[in-house]
Amino acid sequence: MLLVEGLHAWYGPIDILQGVDLEVRRGEIVCLVGRNGAGKTTTLRSIMGLVPRTAGRVSVAGQALLGQPAHRRLAAGVGFVPEERRIVPGLTVRDNLRLGLLASPLRRREADRIREMAAIFPRLAERFDQIAVTMSGGEQQMLAIARAMIADPRLILLDEPSEGIMPVLVDEMLALFVRMKRAGTTILLVEQNVELALGIADRAYVMDQGMIVHHAGAAELLADTAIQERYCAV
Amino acid sequence: MSGVSPDLLALQVFAGLALGAVYVLLATGMSLIFGMLTVVNFAHGAFYMLGAYLGLLALDATGNFWAALVLAPLGAAAIGMVAERTLIRRLYGRGIDYPLLLTFGLAYILVELVRIAFGTQGLPFDTPDALAGAVDIGVGYFPLYRLFVIAVTILVLGALWLFLERTPYGLIIRAGARDPEIVRVLGIDVARVWLVVFGLGTGIAGLAGLLAAPLQGASPEMGNSILAEAFVVTVVGGMGSLLGAVAAGLLVGLVVSMTALVAPEMEQVAIFALMALVLLVRPQGFFGRAGLMS
Repeated sequence: MLLVEGLHAWYGPIDILQGVDLEVRRGEIVCLVGRNGAGKTTTLRSIMGLVPRTAGRVSVAGQALLGQPAHRRLAAGVGFVPEERRIVPGLTVRDNLRLGLLASPLRRREADRIREMAAIFPRLAERFDQIAVTMSGGEQQMLAIARAMIADPRLILLDEPSEGIMPVLVDEMLALFVRMKRAGTTILLVEQNVELALGIADRAYVMDQGMIVHHAGAAELLADTAIQERYCAV
Repeated sequence: MSGVSPDLLALQVFAGLALGAVYVLLATGMSLIFGMLTVVNFAHGAFYMLGAYLGLLALDATGNFWAALVLAPLGAAAIGMVAERTLIRRLYGRGIDYPLLLTFGLAYILVELVRIAFGTQGLPFDTPDALAGAVDIGVGYFPLYRLFVIAVTILVLGALWLFLERTPYGLIIRAGARDPEIVRVLGIDVARVWLVVFGLGTGIAGLAGLLAAPLQGASPEMGNSILAEAFVVTVVGGMGSLLGAVAAGLLVGLVVSMTALVAPEMEQVAIFALMALVLLVRPQGFFGRAGLMS
């Protein structure tokens, strides 16, 4: 589904990514772990076309994406839940959700799609007319996920969705990812909360200093405390 | 002040509202452009001036003021969109001063082009017959054309509000003004939105210029002085805030007309004194977000 080959990214003169290779196959949950500053977020942002200077290859279902403007990702079936949620201030929950549909062919079925999201996220449904940024962090995270899901992406990239969220909501969220996977969505997940993330993932890549340094099945990595301590300890 | 009757005062309030209406239109366009594109458009006064001259051209071609009322703003919007596409777009993401300098230069070029085409002397712009004369508004006779300016402004603001609040495109603009990156991630070509917003802002400036032309004629420099006043309005209302543009536009219009009543020579001073006062108390203006420029 997602193939990343030799991905480089620069912020100014600084080489943040130094040839990242990874693959996410259809229907998998793949986890990208590593310390702060390892380049996980930059990897996701580069895939999304949000880093101005990149090189290498990124393709989704065979379609080359690198170098294409960011807004082309939606049509390629890629959804993105960015770091810190990025809920648009001043807009209601409903408008934030609608925003996720406006460029999608599904916008003609807006009412249906919003109802489907309401069924998945009942907590949001109660707050549709509330200004979204006044909700709790967990609720905003749900909204960020719903905003990406509403256009029915086949691949979804999530950047630290558990950050700053109550543990009970984190469990709920992970259960949701498993349901999304069963429904056919492919997931690339960046997480600080390594143990929880590996619990639902199929495979994992470990990043350090802008490179992939280790790659293993999730269960295998979960058992490998040496690697975890070396690359993932905060 | 004992010589000022309540009726005269009321009439002067209306005169202030009509003047304020032109400020409101200009500042609304400026605020829209700044809020969405973070471009401080120094060419905004030039587009205002272009509106008046395009109105003259349209009036020549069609002989119909109502046609000019539609064509002049469309022409100003088209020129604005060409400028955005070919010049301003290249400077996005390079900090606020690059587009500021560019539009500053663009204003000089537009003014000079109009001088070459139409002469350095101002040209008269007749009040359309249907809107000539004065009507009794209860407190005295008030020029019908000024009432018309107020009415058009209210209509334009209403339409703009509906567009921004009730249409999908308006939702994109509101979201794009706050977080353009998210809008891109959600599949929307934000560059196209910027083009439309710049055209919208310059089109409204053109409309303001056309509306002002029968009151003061058309001259190449007509945009220069009003640009400074429109900046005061934008800053007092809060950069990027449409509600602020409306409130501050009307307030500045009132301050000017009331000052004219007691001390006409103090008009300009009063405008800038108001700005200084507001900025002392509220540096971000009435409805501006604190730290927007930082």
